[in-house]
Amino acid sequence: MTQAERQQWDVVVVGAGGAGLRAAIEAREQGARTAVICKSLFGKAHTVMAEGGIAASMGNANPGDNWQVHFRDTMRGGKFLNQWRMAELHAREAPDRVWELETWGALFDRTKDGRISQRNFGGHEYPRLAHVGDRTGLELIRTLQQKIVSLQQEDKERFGDYEARLKVFQECTVTRVLKDDGRVSGAFCYERESGRFFVLEAPSVILATGGIGKSFKVTSNSWEYTGDGHALALLAGAPLVNMEFVQFHPTGMVWPPSVKGILVTESVRGDGGVLRNSDGKRFMFDYIPDVFREKYAETEEEGDRWYEDPDNNRRPPELLPRDEVARAINSEVKAGRGSPHGGVFLDVSTRMPAEVIRRRLPSMYHQFKELADVDITAEPMEVGPTCHYVMGGVAVESDTAAAVGVPGLYAAGEVAGGMHGSNRLGGNSLSDLLVFGRRAGLSAAQYAAGLGAARPAVADAQVAAAAEEALRPFAAHGAAAGGRPENPYTLHQELQQTMNDLVGIIRREEEMKQALRTLGELRVRTRGAGVEGHRQFNPGWHLALDLRNMLLVSECVARAALERTESRGGHTREDYPDMERDWRRVNLLCRLADPDADEGQIALERTNTEPIRPDLLALFDKEELVKYLAEEELYE
Amino acid sequence: MATGTEPPDTDTGRAGGTGCVDATGVHSPTRAAIAPRHLRTDRWWLAPAATAAGLLAFVVYSTWRAFANSDYYAAPYVSPFYSPCLAENCVPMKDGPNWEIFGNWWGLSPALLILIFPLGFRLTCYYYRKAYYRGFWASPPACAVAEPHKKYTGETRFPLVLQNIHRYFFYAALPVAGILTYDTVLAFRDASYAWGHMGLGTLVFLVNIVLIWAYTLSCHSCRHIVGGRLKHFSKHPVRYRMWNWVGRLNARHMQLAWASLISVALADFYVYLLATGAFDDPRLF
Amino acid sequence: MTTYDASFRVWRGDTAGGGLKDFTVEVNDGEVVLDIIHRLQATQAPDLAVRWNCKAGKCGSCSAEINGRPRLMCMTRMSVFSRDEVITVTPLRAFPVVRDLVTDVSFNYEKAREIPSFVPPPGVAPGDYRMRQEDVDRPQEFRKCIECFLCQDTCHVVRDHEENKAAFAGPRFLMRIAELDMHPLDAAEEAGLDRKRTAQDEHGLGYCNITKCCTEVCPEQIKITDNALIPLKERAVDRKYDPLVWLGNKIGRRRP
Repeated sequence: MTQAERQQWDVVVVGAGGAGLRAAIEAREQGARTAVICKSLFGKAHTVMAEGGIAASMGNANPGDNWQVHFRDTMRGGKFLNQWRMAELHAREAPDRVWELETWGALFDRTKDGRISQRNFGGHEYPRLAHVGDRTGLELIRTLQQKIVSLQQEDKERFGDYEARLKVFQECTVTRVLKDDGRVSGAFCYERESGRFFVLEAPSVILATGGIGKSFKVTSNSWEYTGDGHALALLAGAPLVNMEFVQFHPTGMVWPPSVKGILVTESVRGDGGVLRNSDGKRFMFDYIPDVFREKYAETEEEGDRWYEDPDNNRRPPELLPRDEVARAINSEVKAGRGSPHGGVFLDVSTRMPAEVIRRRLPSMYHQFKELADVDITAEPMEVGPTCHYVMGGVAVESDTAAAVGVPGLYAAGEVAGGMHGSNRLGGNSLSDLLVFGRRAGLSAAQYAAGLGAARPAVADAQVAAAAEEALRPFAAHGAAAGGRPENPYTLHQELQQTMNDLVGIIRREEEMKQALRTLGELRVRTRGAGVEGHRQFNPGWHLALDLRNMLLVSECVARAALERTESRGGHTREDYPDMERDWRRVNLLCRLADPDADEGQIALERTNTEPIRPDLLALFDKEELVKYLAEEELYE
Repeated sequence: MATGTEPPDTDTGRAGGTGCVDATGVHSPTRAAIAPRHLRTDRWWLAPAATAAGLLAFVVYSTWRAFANSDYYAAPYVSPFYSPCLAENCVPMKDGPNWEIFGNWWGLSPALLILIFPLGFRLTCYYYRKAYYRGFWASPPACAVAEPHKKYTGETRFPLVLQNIHRYFFYAALPVAGILTYDTVLAFRDASYAWGHMGLGTLVFLVNIVLIWAYTLSCHSCRHIVGGRLKHFSKHPVRYRMWNWVGRLNARHMQLAWASLISVALADFYVYLLATGAFDDPRLF
Repeated sequence: MTTYDASFRVWRGDTAGGGLKDFTVEVNDGEVVLDIIHRLQATQAPDLAVRWNCKAGKCGSCSAEINGRPRLMCMTRMSVFSRDEVITVTPLRAFPVVRDLVTDVSFNYEKAREIPSFVPPPGVAPGDYRMRQEDVDRPQEFRKCIECFLCQDTCHVVRDHEENKAAFAGPRFLMRIAELDMHPLDAAEEAGLDRKRTAQDEHGLGYCNITKCCTEVCPEQIKITDNALIPLKERAVDRKYDPLVWLGNKIGRRRP
């Protein structure tokens, strides 16, 4: 039997992106001995890809901004499906979280009077995004990473050991959250470098693993985004919520094929970039939905004036929320008005001097120059939708980030569901990471401390079972006497193609049923996925293990998408094109069913959200609420 | 891999070995077993070879000219190698930089007295350091090409720690450049010292002095002194502007180093040609 | 779309040894070296170890040496090579190898910990930080660093001299010191920490002989040598080699 080393910690954070690191900092500052475990090297998390900025109503650029306005924008962007309490906490606390970063050494771009500069973004009424050029995510990660190092330096001073109270296990993967009597007791992990198994015993586990984009073919997400945290929560008995809502970012690169999907930041549009079809027409003016009609410019002239004079003009429709823009691009391409490589044109070259473009969008300039040989100061970019973000995730308590139904399990960041409703606004992700990362770290540390000595134990049998599960791909390879073992890379490609084609940006009932059938087949074939070689840094093996997670979350997405017979935010049904007010209150929870059942491993459950608190409702006009809320909700 | 500080497990040992005698640097036992010192396929040796050749040519030329102690004055031009002249054994240069600080005991070429300063300035210059460390000392010969030395301590100890005095040579280079500017002004005379004339030599001197100043002011120490040392540019707007200006020059420091090196040699050679009578200065007016 | 077969030589092995293995592999329009490595994984060598993440030049994971030059695999387009060229890919040669193209880069994380962190200005509350853009421009350039460690890999101080690793922080972390020293609100000096002096005394700034390979390989085009290392050297000179300062200290007075 495989022996796994055991270590004892108070809080284990799975994932070292913005949410994970912020959680770890908080837990450690609360006095908890905290371990962070991440699949990549420390500081490489997907958060570095975030470009535009951190939304926080500091009011530096427009003093009219405040948390109420931010809350309103967030709810509108999410089509009122958001867990309103999360949206409220997020809007209230985001400024403090940003300012705190400055005390840890972050250097944001500045206003003339020396405060943090804020930029415009889709769906935000005021310039609200604190940013550093177009590399804000990198600044966020580096600042948090360096804060962790500074805490480790304190511990070195005090205990003679950098890792006395805060340790990062880099290039390690968690395959199971372990439980004892319904409560979390630890995590089963392997070291990617050596393949060695180990167990982190801890009463609190925070999931901060990010999203699921690697289940789709065209995605802006990195290989890490295999839905690990979503799957770990499901397997630990916690439900996922809103999984049908997947955000397709409107502007990903479409050419060359090897970089298809890589993100083109929304700041390009926030700073003046416009979308045109092959006829040269700014087509977004034709796609303003009724609910946003009063907020957006009707003529190009008005839209252009807005950049200079936002108080007396309405914003151009290129800055509609992402779901609207993505659908519009999709329609233009389908109608045959796309660019040569199947996207549309995004142009800054005719809108700003080359010098300004290079200064404000340096990494975009660099990215297109290096990867596509396109000079964005001289020619338009070709862009198209790319799978970017999952609004759905682990169902959590709004205030504590605790996963529903599993004591000791927490989730923060993209892996947590609810905050963004049916569609996330740009810039709200980084602030979400900070606000709920901190809250998760706080509650996890308090919960661990509150247990005292009465900690859940890790049973040997659970460890043995987890080890056996993790080693199965090697067994499958050896046992494949009758036939060839399945290649995990092939299975992954088929999964991505299935999700992209059948549960993508526009959805139909028949296709989703087909997707569920295919997922079932893939699940069976995955059991036979085998890998060669040994356990030391073996990417084939790692992928085989990640496939379990991707299949679980993909089924959640497909099943929930099939169930929700309306279109809202990141979920568009061709057969049910309208938003239905009655669906607003409905949450679809995914839970693990019998894992070997033929009809699938996921069971759906409908629940209703709590009514929105009256003082928050009062922030909106009645006429606006009528568009979203059912009759009886309005008079409650 | 944890961020642990424990050393990597090396007890496996290296099977076979790399066939290299010195198991250090890229052939250290823990590194990937690759026998060649580098795998570069481009002509990486070209740049250091060209640098070495260029510098060597200048050293040979300037040594000859500095020790020659002749043919350095052809009215109204004085070779930049011999200006200012600090010993008594110089030829008299009307209104020229004959400053006999050293009196008559100095018997060697007067160029040696003054050349120490520009030589020191260029020797400790951040660009030339790169050039000769790479070109002559092969430390490293080129990026990712293993250097041949067993030990390396860089500029941590004597004598190379003296590179840190670059800024004092910069200070010294300023008056030298000033004197060469004066020489250039004197070049607006004709051979009989009448003002208001120009010859081809005047143009050579003009180009040279512009390049000398540009090189001197583009110096990294200068950039530091005018503004780089400040923590808050916003409190010193004038110095901030100067720092930006020097910074733009500084970005061309390498080009200016070569251009001024060539121009100073050319200016000297021009004077040599005139002084030896091999050539007559074409007069413009 | 055009497709051709390219010749690759990829180092395979681990601490026990290894060597360059030849592969012939398909290349399509617009691909980068990392795409080809992935194709090898998917079709010919499923256990080929490679570290990568964002594949867009933003995370700095896929550092390797391509035809002997330290580069990011995701930012090296196949179109820069001729079609009949043999393309050699090896792991970083300054760090201990783990397996195939993966090296143990923990040296860098150890050095990161040795650099004293940002010291917040006492008495300034969060939200009250005021900094001018012209003052943050300089450190912001250094914060573009994606920690790919190519500069650390190419620097001959440690690449060619294992024994210098203890004393030398490397370009990335000397640049970090410069960044903090230029941070307009860093209060290290008030707290009694002299970053300029410690750069020289504790982090090995003197080992740098400014041969600029770090700048040459930087995928973010940070002017590491000209904007960070040389200014830091000059700042150390201010402290350590300036006779006026030395004299001032001798007679018990600081220069204003």
